[in-house]
Amino acid sequence: MADNNIQPVEHEHNDRVIFGFWVYLMTDLTMFAVLFAVYAVLRNNTFGGPTAGELLKLPQALAETLILLTSSFTCGLAVLAANAGSKKQAYLWFGITFLLGATFLGLELREFSHLLADGQSFRNSGFLSAFFTLVGTHGLHITVGLFWIAVSMVMMHVRGLTASIKSKLVRLGLFWHFLDIVWIFIFTIVYLMGAAR
Amino acid sequence: MQHFLIGNLTTDALPHQWFTLGGTCFILLMSVVVVLFLTYTKRWKWLWTEWLTSTDPKRIGIMYIIMASLMLFRGALDAVMIWLQQALSSGASYGYLDPSHFQQIFTAHGDIMIFFVTMGFLFGLLNFIVPLQIGTRDLAFPFLNSLGFWLYVAGAVFINLFFVIGGDFAATGWLALPPLSELAFNPGTGVDYWIWSLQISGLGTMLGGINFLVTIIKMRAPGMTLFRMPMFTWTALLSSSLVVAIFPILAATIALLWLDRFFGMHFFTAGFGGNMMMYVNLIWTWGHPEVYVLIIPGFGIYSEVVSTFSQKKLFGYYSMVAAAFGITGIAFVVWLHHFFTMGAGADVNAFFGIMTMIIGIPTAVQIFNWLLTMFRGRIIFKTPMFWFLGFISTFTFGGIAGLLLASPAADFQLHNTLFLVAHFHTMVIGGALFGIFAGITYWFPKVTGFRLNERLGKYAFWCWLVGFFTAFTPLYLLGLMGATRRLDHYDAGTGWQPLFITALIGICIIGIGALLQVLQIFVSFKQRKENRDLTGDPWNGRTLEWATSSPPPHYNFAVIPTVESRDAFWNMKQKGLTKPKNYQDITMSKNTGLGIYLSGFIFLLGFAFVWHILWLGILGFAGAIICVIIRAYDDDTEYVITASELRQLEEKETLH
Repeated sequence: MADNNIQPVEHEHNDRVIFGFWVYLMTDLTMFAVLFAVYAVLRNNTFGGPTAGELLKLPQALAETLILLTSSFTCGLAVLAANAGSKKQAYLWFGITFLLGATFLGLELREFSHLLADGQSFRNSGFLSAFFTLVGTHGLHITVGLFWIAVSMVMMHVRGLTASIKSKLVRLGLFWHFLDIVWIFIFTIVYLMGAAR
Repeated sequence: MQHFLIGNLTTDALPHQWFTLGGTCFILLMSVVVVLFLTYTKRWKWLWTEWLTSTDPKRIGIMYIIMASLMLFRGALDAVMIWLQQALSSGASYGYLDPSHFQQIFTAHGDIMIFFVTMGFLFGLLNFIVPLQIGTRDLAFPFLNSLGFWLYVAGAVFINLFFVIGGDFAATGWLALPPLSELAFNPGTGVDYWIWSLQISGLGTMLGGINFLVTIIKMRAPGMTLFRMPMFTWTALLSSSLVVAIFPILAATIALLWLDRFFGMHFFTAGFGGNMMMYVNLIWTWGHPEVYVLIIPGFGIYSEVVSTFSQKKLFGYYSMVAAAFGITGIAFVVWLHHFFTMGAGADVNAFFGIMTMIIGIPTAVQIFNWLLTMFRGRIIFKTPMFWFLGFISTFTFGGIAGLLLASPAADFQLHNTLFLVAHFHTMVIGGALFGIFAGITYWFPKVTGFRLNERLGKYAFWCWLVGFFTAFTPLYLLGLMGATRRLDHYDAGTGWQPLFITALIGICIIGIGALLQVLQIFVSFKQRKENRDLTGDPWNGRTLEWATSSPPPHYNFAVIPTVESRDAFWNMKQKGLTKPKNYQDITMSKNTGLGIYLSGFIFLLGFAFVWHILWLGILGFAGAIICVIIRAYDDDTEYVITASELRQLEEKETLH
């Protein structure tokens, strides 16, 4: 009797949490939408400084894109493995996802530090403020994601693949794919359209 | 070293002006009184375990309403100070406030009334009523609800903190438009306090919005299809969706302003390729839908009140829902009417002008539906009904003034005048606040178990209504004469002083009304034995919140009701109520103090940003993350009330 009761409650709870997480993702997306709009308005306000096309390097951005897309794929495999109950596989794929994400973040920080070293600071112009903020906010989200993966792995090690941990891993997966989608737009609007002009 | 320890804080930040000294003394005095009272009556533990750490939406709702009432007192004090200055400061007299202080007061007044009074009251009512109306026991995310409330409290503390530390609030107007709010023109901490107060409380609002959205979509009682939902639940749903859609815009916009101020970026600065008009656009993309967030639940409350006290089902339910959807949708495409004079061009202005007029249509549909609900009803004139009728007159009046403003040509004349101030106060007071008062009077017996005193309630209503028109009609006239808003002084030759004095008299009448409301609660509490509601259904109600006892048990319903139609409880009564026999185990969420700790750490983080204190920022940040992780991996957040315990509880209830 007790068991019969618990199953649907658990399921209902999961359903609710996933839906709530989707709604949260939409609010985050709206926030990114504002940053995109701001970038679109300010991207020509270089205040006499170099433009996006002159500053940004496409090959590196392409590499970042491919790395992040691959990490999205491995993250998908990781969540599948977790749902299938295979702890080893989950460690493996989440580990690879973590490494790819960290590489992406490293490349992005390298780009930032080169720009700053060249004297292209976010203080220089409206364009650079918008660039650093849009790309940096995405990077901040990636950092949160990496931290989340690390904490999840520790908790998975301590508690095993419980239903509650699995449900959290599914949300982690959603978050990671979401960041991937946002990056596609950054790649298109900031890098590709910047180079095209 | 000193900079490391306390950042930009110096002894200059301690209170030394008369208003900061007064504010600080008042805050300290009140704290001492509260502490003494709690210690004397030995209620600390009770307060902590039963209330502050509660995840019960009914308790959180009551705490929201208490907090909002306190903030209403603060905001109303600001209003009196503004009007007193304006009544005095004509010709040779310069009043009693210096211009900078005057600017801080009207800034704080606006922010407090919108973010901490109206939003606080609404979230309070939503918390208490929505779960009852949809026949469930809790919100989808009880912890986030508690956290959202405590973030709201942290934001409210933040907006008052400058009294004690800092000495200056933002002197920028309630939306802190750049470049005035930029570091170059506002180097103090006032704008930073403004930013973090809104950022923190806004985060709480967003969590609340998500919570109500998920609760209403996912947790309705069996049989309650969307089109069987009570109108108040519909408006709660739409209002929450608006919150979810717009509060990220506010968060992003003021984050960008903060980046300008903190890191020297150039989003909205006057030079370096910043674009200050972008701020105006962004903030009003949030700001205009926000006024609908405030008013739409009011529409829901009026719908419940008018149908209950006319003893009829709501007229035109489907058109009501459609109208609410229409308002929610069109709310997104009217924001530019706040700055027709910015120079977007005739075509853009025309589009937004027409949209603004169109949004009047669904609103009018609702008004006619309410009137037709009354038509041939057996109307009972209780206090909530008075607030409703008062609303119909003020809101229609203010709405027509709004249609006038919607025409760009007229707006060029009226922009930034007191006509506009009068218009939006008519909407927010006559619409949202009257709705909140109607709702509080209507649901008061449900919340406390006894009714409010009718006679005092009606006196209070008449004071509010008469005071309202006495205070704001002069503002319409002044606006037409060209008096701009936010004047701390005007020439005697304008001849405006008598009208400003009339307005001051008006707010005094409103003040009497507010005092009567306080008295009403006091008197009703003393007479609670005579006014006790034993049935749980004092008004012969129609919706599920009346199907449970007053006040409801913490689990709301011992057995979740099955809904077979709209006005579910009314139909149950028609069929004859039956006592449920089969109880089942139910799970409830445990109380937790984590919401308080987490919002405390976020508060410290904000404080560190205002004063540039690195170590405190790291502490706040790390503390917040640790709280989140603790909560996320806490699997022991619920407890079970077994069927037999439930039976005992219910039988005890019947014996009462």
